[in-house]
Amino acid sequence: MRLTLHVWRQSDARDPGRFETYEANDISESMSFLDMLDLVNERLTEDGKEPIAFDHDCREGICGSCGMMINGVPHGPKTMTTACQLHMRSFSDGDEIWIEPWRAQAFPVIRDLVVSRDPFDRIIESGGYVSVRTGSAPDAHTIPVEKQAADEAMDAAVCIGCGACVAACPNASAMLFTAAKVAHLALMPQGAPERYDRVLSMVETHDEEGFGNCTNHGACEVACPKGISVDYIAQLNRDLFRATLSSRPANEAKE
Amino acid sequence: MELNARIPAGPIEQKWDRHRFEMKLVNPANKRKFDVIVVGTGLAGAAAAATMGELGYRVRAFTFHDSPRRAHSIAAQGGINAAKNYQGDGDSVFRLFHDTVKGGDFRSREANVYRLAQLSLNIIDQAVAQGVPFAREYGGLLANRSFGGAQVSRTFYARGQTGQQLLLGAYQALQRQIHAGAVEMHTRQEMLDVVVADGRARGIVTRDLLTGKVESHSADAVVLATGGYSNVFFLSTNAKLCNVTATWRAHKRGAGFANPCFTQIHPTCIPQSGEYQSKLTLMSESLRNDGRIWVPKAKGDKRPAHQIPDDERDYYLERLYPSFGNLTPRDIASRRAKEMVDAGHGIGPMENGVYLDFRDAIRRMGKEAVSERYGNLFAMYEKITGDDPYEVPMRIYPAPHYTMGGLWVDYNLMSTVPGLFVIGEANFSDHGANRLGASALMQGLADGYFVIPLTIGDYLSQLPDGNGDAAAAFKDVEKEVRDRTDRLLSARGSRTVDSFHMELGRLMWDLCGMERTEEGLKDALERIPKLREEFWREVRVPGSGESFNQSLEKAGRVADFLEFAELMCHDALQRDESCGAHYRREHTTEEGEAKRNDEEFTHVSVWEHRGGDEAPREHREELDFEHVPLSQRSYK
Ligand SMILES: Cc1cc2nc3c(=O)[nH]c(=O)nc-3n(C[C@H](O)[C@H](O)[C@H](O)COP(=O)(O)OP(=O)(O)OC[C@H]3O[C@@H](n4cnc5c(N)ncnc54)[C@H](O)[C@@H]3O)c2cc1C
Ligand code: FES
Repeated sequence: MRLTLHVWRQSDARDPGRFETYEANDISESMSFLDMLDLVNERLTEDGKEPIAFDHDCREGICGSCGMMINGVPHGPKTMTTACQLHMRSFSDGDEIWIEPWRAQAFPVIRDLVVSRDPFDRIIESGGYVSVRTGSAPDAHTIPVEKQAADEAMDAAVCIGCGACVAACPNASAMLFTAAKVAHLALMPQGAPERYDRVLSMVETHDEEGFGNCTNHGACEVACPKGISVDYIAQLNRDLFRATLSSRPANEAKE
Repeated sequence: MELNARIPAGPIEQKWDRHRFEMKLVNPANKRKFDVIVVGTGLAGAAAAATMGELGYRVRAFTFHDSPRRAHSIAAQGGINAAKNYQGDGDSVFRLFHDTVKGGDFRSREANVYRLAQLSLNIIDQAVAQGVPFAREYGGLLANRSFGGAQVSRTFYARGQTGQQLLLGAYQALQRQIHAGAVEMHTRQEMLDVVVADGRARGIVTRDLLTGKVESHSADAVVLATGGYSNVFFLSTNAKLCNVTATWRAHKRGAGFANPCFTQIHPTCIPQSGEYQSKLTLMSESLRNDGRIWVPKAKGDKRPAHQIPDDERDYYLERLYPSFGNLTPRDIASRRAKEMVDAGHGIGPMENGVYLDFRDAIRRMGKEAVSERYGNLFAMYEKITGDDPYEVPMRIYPAPHYTMGGLWVDYNLMSTVPGLFVIGEANFSDHGANRLGASALMQGLADGYFVIPLTIGDYLSQLPDGNGDAAAAFKDVEKEVRDRTDRLLSARGSRTVDSFHMELGRLMWDLCGMERTEEGLKDALERIPKLREEFWREVRVPGSGESFNQSLEKAGRVADFLEFAELMCHDALQRDESCGAHYRREHTTEEGEAKRNDEEFTHVSVWEHRGGDEAPREHREELDFEHVPLSQRSYK
């Protein structure tokens, strides 16, 4: 099939950026969206132009590297599907496709479709773990974990850190990302001792990084390629409420 | 090049314990004085960096990814082995050790494999303590499955995302150490060389992928955890960014490369669907438990599967291996599929696959039961191919998947360059000539959490006071790195980087892939240097070196693959036997299976780089099998 692509091109954070239009011919249905971009890039290179930059790695929907707005929707038209798992059979001959980077203040554009998602790492750094030394763990069967709790924790832990939730949110909030990690660890007995300190520091970092507030739009859940539920945000808010009531400053509790 | 494996004395089950006692320790106050660099933050690297930081070393970790949460490790699906014997089905450390040595077709080092089996127990404890949500039974205890033909259930898993959950566990441990100031993290930085001075590894030279800045980083020891090289074949199941650069550059600075020709092909991947495909997708091996593999008996039969009656189908694995049937080991299932396709029985639009059919399973246990077991895999298959496996049989074909070869290391995981350590898939590892399913995650984490944090102390505690000045060496290497980048950018030829990578990949797949012959390998050894020469003359790398430039990154990696591929073929040619995943057509038993030659090849081949036009020189580490007697595999 033959497509017209309007692709955001921006050489670095200082460049204001613009859409450029490319014709993509001889695209087959069995190609993935990123295979299609590869082919466009091959042709751009052959024509002496600079190829379109985009992050990618696993191309199996698990590493969370790829991420772009496709016709205004994070990861494109198919639900529960990352851009790398989207196939061209979801499009038709003659289609126009608009491709842009994630738009969020906290995610500055590095080049074209590549953004910095470093704030996600800093949110995890501020408490998204269990404080356990290597080598000091008890036998794995010491604490049984209710199957249902383990399953629910897993439902939250499947987050791939792609940033689609932020891109979808009108407030550019990263609450779904933060809540997924808070819930995963809170649901496991191993994560319980630090439960309240964790939620305080992670939410504090979330806000400092320039993400917006959650106002319950629910756009994040729809955009999430892993189908993570907004119920986890409600759970985070309950934990946050309890943690604030106990009014221990996060850092003091940490020492 | 001296190969001293430094295997501790004593009975095999006491070696690691004794070694831990005999190694010199760095006292806690002194640990702060040592700088350690870890390159790579996949399972092995993240585990190592976090643990060494926690122990008190000053650690700097580097990855070319944008975050340590992303590495190829994240894609591992099936699970991780551990000899916990939670199922009470007769598993033990000795059995896991035994299975791994045998599965590796007797080309690994017994002492290392035994330690790996011992440490497997600690890995599961560690991961559970970190909150990794492994699958559980109703009683709240951990669930296991049997995997890759093992006779016991020892595989722990988190749905189909075990690698993801284990990596996130290690990543979170790492973020905790970053928070504590014990580890300094450098993302989007690519290591482009190792600096060796006075016979020891002194640090690395990196390129900042955002700014193009080339920088030196010095340290008392360097740990490479940079993964495998399956992407030498261009199309593989590995993540797109996996490459050989770090280990190859270290090799050129003196680190011996062991068994580079030991590469594993996985039998159940989705066949290529077009010329422009960028990578292949693995379908879990568990599908072979219930799916039946077949091809049409008639060559070039174009009828849709359901129109081909049973007596015109060849269920060739069931026919050839009545007792193992569709569950024959990876290498055998792969080779038979290739033979069928080569003989003209291939199916699908490109006639490049074989069927994996669930028709009978659905008849036998019902659609619901099949969906319960394989629903997510079927959905993934449908997403990629557009076919519904409940209605139309899946199409599968083998694809490069894992590399057992890698930099040679001793029992302490140190390469032939003192101070340069190698862990995870990047080392030549404990898997011999063939890796068992669910054992790579185990090895990466054993190396990272439990081995390197201790063995590195043995090296550091014996470092002489007052390291000599290495400034000049750093300057020279930096210049070499810059010159190389400039050369890539200034070639201004007419061919894209990918076009070279694809050509190399096809050549390697045809001549040094699933099946190798003396003739083919000699042909490859003639063609690779020509392709490399053309690359340096004709490659076109757009953009500049002072900015984010993905074409330039790729070009450097492909340039290294073009050198490395030659070493792989030398190794495959020299290893004039078949063993495990290395199949030389000349060495076939009467039944058509791989034929080992233990008299001449019970050793590790370790290659020394000599530079210029000189061929690499082979050194050998002889292997002894005291606990698992040498025997021939049989799956009839
Ligand atoms: C599809 C698939 C499924 C698999 N399933 C299983 C399974 O079920 N069970 C199992 O046991 N194994 C499985 N494996 C194998 C296993 O996933 C890998 O062998 C293992 O994860 C490798 O881990 P690693 O830490 O050694 O390397 P990687 O995870 O590859 O990490 C390499 C790291 O090094 C960095 N790096 C590399 N080069 C440089 C450089 N020059 N400069 C800076 N950084 C660099 C990368 O950024 C990355 O952080 C699977 C593999 C595949 C392909
Ligand atoms: S490339 Fe890994 S999720 Fe898309």
